[in-house]
Amino acid sequence: MTYPENYGYTKEHEWVSVEGGVCVVGITFHAQKELGDIVYVDLPRPNTAVEAGKTFGSVESVKAVSDIFAPVSGEVVEVNQALADAPEMLNEKPHDAAWLVKIKLSNPEEIKSLMSAADYQSYLGG
Amino acid sequence: MIRKVRSHINQNETLLFEQSSPGKRAYQLPALDVPPVDAASVLGSDARTEIEDFPEVSEVEVIRHFTRLSTWNYGIDLGLFPLGSCTMKYNPRINEVVAREPGLAWAHPYQPESLSQGCMEVLALLEEYLCEIFGMDAVTLQPAAGAHGEFTGIMLIRSYLESQGNPRKKVLCPDSAHGTNPATAIIAGYEVENIKSNEKGMVDVEALAKAVNEDVAALMLTNPNTVGVFEEQILTIASILHEKGAQIYMDGANMNALVGISRPGDFGVDVMHSNLHKTFSTPHGGGGPGSGPVGVRKHLEPFLPGPRLKKAGGGWTWDYDRPKSIGRVRAFYGNFGVLVRALAYIMAHGGPGLRNATLDALLTANYVRARLEPYYQIAYQAPSMHECVFSDDRQAAKGVRTGDIAKRLLDYGFHPYTVSFPMIVRGALMIEPTETEPKQELDLFCDALISIAGEIEENPQLVLKAPHGTRTSRVDEVTAARKPVVRWRRNETASKAAD
Repeated sequence: MTYPENYGYTKEHEWVSVEGGVCVVGITFHAQKELGDIVYVDLPRPNTAVEAGKTFGSVESVKAVSDIFAPVSGEVVEVNQALADAPEMLNEKPHDAAWLVKIKLSNPEEIKSLMSAADYQSYLGG
Repeated sequence: MIRKVRSHINQNETLLFEQSSPGKRAYQLPALDVPPVDAASVLGSDARTEIEDFPEVSEVEVIRHFTRLSTWNYGIDLGLFPLGSCTMKYNPRINEVVAREPGLAWAHPYQPESLSQGCMEVLALLEEYLCEIFGMDAVTLQPAAGAHGEFTGIMLIRSYLESQGNPRKKVLCPDSAHGTNPATAIIAGYEVENIKSNEKGMVDVEALAKAVNEDVAALMLTNPNTVGVFEEQILTIASILHEKGAQIYMDGANMNALVGISRPGDFGVDVMHSNLHKTFSTPHGGGGPGSGPVGVRKHLEPFLPGPRLKKAGGGWTWDYDRPKSIGRVRAFYGNFGVLVRALAYIMAHGGPGLRNATLDALLTANYVRARLEPYYQIAYQAPSMHECVFSDDRQAAKGVRTGDIAKRLLDYGFHPYTVSFPMIVRGALMIEPTETEPKQELDLFCDALISIAGEIEENPQLVLKAPHGTRTSRVDEVTAARKPVVRWRRNETASKAAD
C-alpha cells in the first residue's frame, strides 16, 4: 500500500492533508486494515471545536469500537456525510473518498509535529 | 479428535408468525361475568378489535416452538463456559432454594419496617460480609449492575472532592480498562486520560506518576486487570495517587481472583464495586438482573446513597437523614432477590470455602495456561490469576485469527472463549474456566484447542471455514451490522423464500 507523500501522519493512524488553512483528516490504510470491516462512523457536527490529541469521534468495526483522535486543533468545518450510509468506503478508499472531517486550523504550528509518509511507514514497520 | 459432540436433533424453527393460521388458539378466556363495555365508546378511533398479524397457534405449537429454540442454547449447565465469571459462573442451586423462601420471595418493599426485619437482616448481613471480603468500611447494595456501581462510585468521589473544595477535572484509565470505565468517567463529568500498559501488561508506574497532578480526581483500575495479571505495583500506584489527593476506584469485575486472599481495602483502594452476578454466582442475563454493590473507605461513607440501614431498639430501621448523600441511585433497596442469592452463596461457602473457591479458580486457569502454552502464544509472561490470555500470533502466520479458532471450537461442542479482548493484545484468546470445572472437562476443552492448533498447521481452510457441524455456519456479520434488519415483515420473508 502506498501512503501519499503530501500527507502528514499521526501515531494514532490518522492522516492529514493541508489545503490552505483547512486540514482534511482521515484514517490510514493500516488503521482500517487493523479494524477490519467498518460498520459505523460517529463524527462531530460542523462548528465543533476539536483539540489535538483528544478524541472527536469513533469508528466501529465488527471487532471493536475505536476512538479517532484529532491530529490538529481547530474547528470542524465539514463532515463527510457519505460515510453515514457507506461506512465500507473507509475500508475501500481510506486515503481519499473516505475522508472524515475538514478542520480549520487554529494553530498551524501543529502541522510540524506530524510524521512524513516515510516516517509513518517505518513507525509501522518498527 | 472431536470427543464432546455428536450430531443431535436440532431443528430449524420458523417464527410463530409463520406458524399462525386463523382460528387456532392455546388459551380460552373465562366467560364474561361483568357488563360488557364498548371500547370504542371510551377510546374512540384508538380502539381496535384485532391486532393485525398477531400469531394464532395451539398450545402444543407454542410448547414445541420454545422447546426447540431452547435446544439451540449453550450454557454453563451444558459444559465448560470459557467466558467464566466475567459473564456468569455456575449458579449453585442452594441460592435458588433460599431465594424461593416465601418470606423473602413474597416480601413487598412497602411492607412496614416491623414486618420487614428479616429482609433487612439479610441486607445488613450481606453488607457486613461484603465489607469483610472487600476490606472496606461500608457498602451500599443499591446499584443494579457493574456499570451502575462504577457510576455510583465516581459520583461518590466527585461529591467527596467537592466537599474538599474542588471536584477536579480528570479520571485516569489504563489502556487495558473495561470500556465502561472511561464511559462512566465521561457521564460523571470528567475528562478521561489513558495510561499505557508496560511490557508486563501492568500499569506503567512512571507514566502514571507523570500523569497524576492536582487535576486528577481518580484512577479507575481493574485488579487483577483485564489481561488476568495482578497489578504488583498496586501499593506504589496507591501512594502516587494519594500523595496528590486523588482517589483509587477499583473495578471489581475480577474479584473472583481475590476473594478470601487479598482485600482491595488493604492495598489502598478507596472505592470499588463488585458484580454479584460474576463473583458471587447470581444469575444474569435471561436468568435475572445484575447487582453491583459499592464498597467505600470511611471518608466516603457520608456520601453513600440513602436510605441506610441503622440499628434502632434491637431491630433495623431506614435512616433517611443523610445530608451529604449523593441521593438514591435505584428505587427501593437494590435487586433484592439477587442480594439474597449472593448471601446464600457466601454463607454456604463460609470464609474458608470462599478462599478455596478462589484458589481453585486460579488453579483451573493456570492448568489451562500450562496445557495450551506449547501451542498458543501467551500474551504476557507474568503469572496468570483467574484467567489466561493468549494471542493468535502463531496461528495468524497461517492466516487464521482468533475469531476463526473460536468458530472451530463450536464444532468441538464448546462455547467460544472471549475473542479479541482485551484490545491491547493482538488477536486475544481470553479463557476463564472458573473454580467449578472438573479436570475431565478442562482436558476436553484443552484437547479441543490443541487439536485445532494442529488443524491450523495442516489444513487452515478447515478452520477458516468453520463451523461445519452447527445448525447454521458463518453468518454475514458485516452486512448484519451495516444494514441491520430489526423487524420481521411477512412479505419480505415470502419474497426471500421465492428467490
